[in-house]
Amino acid sequence: MPQPMPPAAFPVTNFLGDLIRAHFAPPMSDLLNGLLAIMALLAVVALTPICLIWLERKVCAHFQARLGPMRVGWHGLMQPLADGIKLLFKEVLKPEGADTFLFFLAPILPATASFLVLTVIPFDHHFQVTDLDAGVLFVIAASGLNIFGVLLAGWASNNKYSLLGGIRSGAQMLSYEISLALIMLLVVLLSGTASLREIVLTQQGTVLDWWICKFPGFGALAFIMFLISSTAELNRGPFDMVEAESELTGGFTTEYSGISFAMFFLAEFVNMFASAALATTFFLGGFLAPRFGLAALDGLLASVPGVLWFFLKSYGVILCFMWFRWTFPRPRVDQLMALEWKIMLPINLGLLTLGGLFLGLGWIAP
Amino acid sequence: MTTPPVRANSRRNTGPGGHLVQRIFRGVISLAQGLRLTMGYLLHPARVVTQQYPENRATLVLPPRFRARLVMVRDAKGQHHCTACGMCEKACPNGTISVLPGQDGSGKKILGKYIYRLLQCTLCNLCVETCPFGAIAMGQDFELAAYDRQALVLVLHEERQGTSS
Repeated sequence: MPQPMPPAAFPVTNFLGDLIRAHFAPPMSDLLNGLLAIMALLAVVALTPICLIWLERKVCAHFQARLGPMRVGWHGLMQPLADGIKLLFKEVLKPEGADTFLFFLAPILPATASFLVLTVIPFDHHFQVTDLDAGVLFVIAASGLNIFGVLLAGWASNNKYSLLGGIRSGAQMLSYEISLALIMLLVVLLSGTASLREIVLTQQGTVLDWWICKFPGFGALAFIMFLISSTAELNRGPFDMVEAESELTGGFTTEYSGISFAMFFLAEFVNMFASAALATTFFLGGFLAPRFGLAALDGLLASVPGVLWFFLKSYGVILCFMWFRWTFPRPRVDQLMALEWKIMLPINLGLLTLGGLFLGLGWIAP
Repeated sequence: MTTPPVRANSRRNTGPGGHLVQRIFRGVISLAQGLRLTMGYLLHPARVVTQQYPENRATLVLPPRFRARLVMVRDAKGQHHCTACGMCEKACPNGTISVLPGQDGSGKKILGKYIYRLLQCTLCNLCVETCPFGAIAMGQDFELAAYDRQALVLVLHEERQGTSS
């Protein structure tokens, strides 16, 4: 059980919710607050890909000693907008013999999954759409929809490259989801709660109380494992066999064009943000300001709103994802599977056992 | 990602734990080296090689080995070194070059006309490598578009601007 918190430190309500509760009766105020929360989340879902597309292009360019987009707006700032408009105006084609319903359902599923995952993420102690007691389970269940989207897209396209890409991706994502779930389970075991908000609140104190440090040495290992399995789960490079252009002409997205391709594209970036947000929540103290045990510095850092810390940490993790993608070469499919089943799974099971041992011996307090 | 290059001896890849741990360790080190390199590029924007071409046309810096159209190397007196041996003509895979020999007053063979068809040239540099006298070189003038096909058939030895590069 999480230790009891001083109630005033991390209130669940924010001023906007209080304002609406003050002016409307309970059923109406709940409805309005819910709608506002969903709208805020929609804004995050809409704006995140725009930021990330620009960042991805600029960061990858500079990793390769290039400049990236420079023409559309200052340093290419308007480039994502131009891309979006281009994708909107492109014709949406359906290959002959494709299953119409599944073909157009598939791009919606990954976007839905990423949106669902974001609903339980605590952006700040008072910015969270809903705090489920089994939040971690919900995250694992909702991100499963991603696999559906990819598999259905591959199947419904009536194209061998799409099908191959979809099957590869299905195998890859299913395998790495096991590692991902095991690491989440480790944090749940250590913190004694499956609610994402409570997991963040168990990391109060200095930086050393974040789960990356609190579980000495192995926390960092678990964090690296989480990054690796998230990268694989996101189908990002170096694990982008799904759309290995040189072999599969774009994998499951081969037959998609226009806005239905844009949905996959959008989901990819929102998923990347969601994974980074999960890494932040589980290992980097979520919305908590970093404290170093120095009174003056800590006061200054704590005065920054938690939501800013959250986004700062998340974008730091995203930078790591980009760093991996533009540095590492792509392994073969069998190497990818060997990495998961022969290396990562045993290590993660070992970590889980060690976590139980540490907890049982009382070496770390939950 | 933790797998080093495949070795010819496949037994090493399926070896016992000691080997696996060793390979993981080596793989992690090599990945870290790669990460350090790319982060270095990210943190030092001065190392960017991209040039904003039409904007920086006046200050454009071309690398010394940049290859554009063929030019004739000329010495201080403006003399070229071509002896009309025709090696470059034979070396050219596209029939870009025609060396027409002429005669000077004493009947000695000299260069008559050096025809260079930019239309056919792929800038492969074979002629320059073949030339025994260093008489030709790849120049740096790369803005070569013209409205007339005839403007792209050049007579090199009559050109004045194409000096050594």
